[in-house]
Amino acid sequence: MPVISISNLSKTYASGFEALKSVNLAIERGEIFALLGPNGAGKTTLISIVCGIVNASSGTVEVEGRNIVSDFRAARSAIGLVPQELTTDHFETVWATVNFSRGLFGKPKNPAYVEKILRDLSLWEKRDSKILTLSGGMKRRVLIAKALAHEPRVLFLDEPTAGVDVELRRDMWELVRALRETGVTIILTTHYIEEAEEMADRVGVISNGEIILTEDKAALMSKLGRKQLILNLPEALPRVPPRLEGHNLELADDGCSLVYTYDTKAERTGITGLLTDLAAAGIRFSDLQTRQSSLEEIFVDLVRARR
Amino acid sequence: MNFRAIQAIYLFEMARAWRTLLQSIVSPVLSTSLYFVVFGAAIGSRIQEIDGVPYGAYIVPGLIMLSLLTQSISNAAFGIYFPRFSGTIYEVLSAPVSYVEIVIAYVGAAASKSILLGLIILATAALFVPLQIQHPIWMISFLVLTAVTFSLFGFIIGIWADGFEKLQLVPLLIVTPLTFLGGSFYSIDMLPPFWRGVTLFNPVVYLVSGFRWSFYGRSDLGVGISLGMTLVFLVACLLAVRWIFKTGYRLKA
Repeated sequence: MPVISISNLSKTYASGFEALKSVNLAIERGEIFALLGPNGAGKTTLISIVCGIVNASSGTVEVEGRNIVSDFRAARSAIGLVPQELTTDHFETVWATVNFSRGLFGKPKNPAYVEKILRDLSLWEKRDSKILTLSGGMKRRVLIAKALAHEPRVLFLDEPTAGVDVELRRDMWELVRALRETGVTIILTTHYIEEAEEMADRVGVISNGEIILTEDKAALMSKLGRKQLILNLPEALPRVPPRLEGHNLELADDGCSLVYTYDTKAERTGITGLLTDLAAAGIRFSDLQTRQSSLEEIFVDLVRARR
Repeated sequence: MNFRAIQAIYLFEMARAWRTLLQSIVSPVLSTSLYFVVFGAAIGSRIQEIDGVPYGAYIVPGLIMLSLLTQSISNAAFGIYFPRFSGTIYEVLSAPVSYVEIVIAYVGAAASKSILLGLIILATAALFVPLQIQHPIWMISFLVLTAVTFSLFGFIIGIWADGFEKLQLVPLLIVTPLTFLGGSFYSIDMLPPFWRGVTLFNPVVYLVSGFRWSFYGRSDLGVGISLGMTLVFLVACLLAVRWIFKTGYRLKA
């Protein structure tokens, strides 16, 4: 049974904006699922509905088999949420705010557990500091500590590394992996492809309120791993010379460019052999460039392909 | 019932009051003391007794009501408005907490603070004027009932407000005038018949009158009517809160 199952979930805001269009999604227990999508795609709306912050217009969501509306207590008890915005109680201490979160979820006091979270997140030294005195990165850690305070089995991280420095990003990735080791299911939203690449087991792509695809990371990365080498020729060629036919080359720009597509993740890209053969064939080039499909382009391609 | 959540929110709200002790307790006590000095001692000594009660003592129930109403409203309104404003409300909304529990916690904390304040003002008043409380149980009942009712009203304002100005609007422009014109400082029997009739549309009149009865056994209106009107307002607030949570008004998109 999936830990989260979302069926035909739609959301239209009062303004008329259709944020989600009949979304279906299943998240398996223990996986790290990255929800990728451009800004405004519906990532936060989706998370907010599952967590109970936004009302769905139609459709159902179940967390561990419990409906998020009719059995909200059981459903929400399982979930921890790290929101995108740095929303904290400025005047509270770190210790008080994390314990407040634990109480809110109906858990008895457990100072040893809270201490462990704070130590894991390098917040222990700051436990008596007021949150307003902390840096942005530290505040982000506090939000994670709050989300973990009630020992959730499912953790939502909404853009966890937006505006976060490299060190904290690495720390966060490590923390997410450690959590997964303990059996926590993790759903993170991001628009950084490298984040999904680094972390996720499975990736879902959302655009304009629709889940365009859900795929194993490895499969998606192979699509993203494709790269093109473009050779600009001083003179147009009528066709790809026979000597070079084995290289998977295409002519572009009315014969003024040769385009070679290769896989950056492959053991051999074939670039050296191609350049040698080009020289042997006497083909000169005036310039060369490489380009890689960006996530944005892949989104666009995926959306177009669906229409 | 998620009692730990109620406790967490309640204690969080009470802790906020201790952090802002000057604003929460000292400031209302100071302003009430000033009322005693001005109305009780300076002007009151020249005013004859009302219903056989010295003027200084006569205004005590009204002054307590004035603070109770304004503080209940502002405590509860600020308590729920601030998390909405700062965004931290996400945590309460995503926790396994029912609407009833949210209301009990926020309104309970606001009411506790204003009841405490009412008792402090009562103790302060005892330093200035001779006091008697003929019906202490009724006095406490009115105190609690009014604090709870107006904390609920404040909670509604805190959810309705979409800026700090609106948060102040109702307490300043409606509640304070109604309290001043609600017989806090005079008996409504002292008014000409027409204005006495108009005053009966002011809900605060019933609160002050019932509360004063619990002190001195005399009131402008029957104590049953006072109690009934307070309960009517309480039920109206409860219905409004129920509607807010049912529709998610200003809380959930």
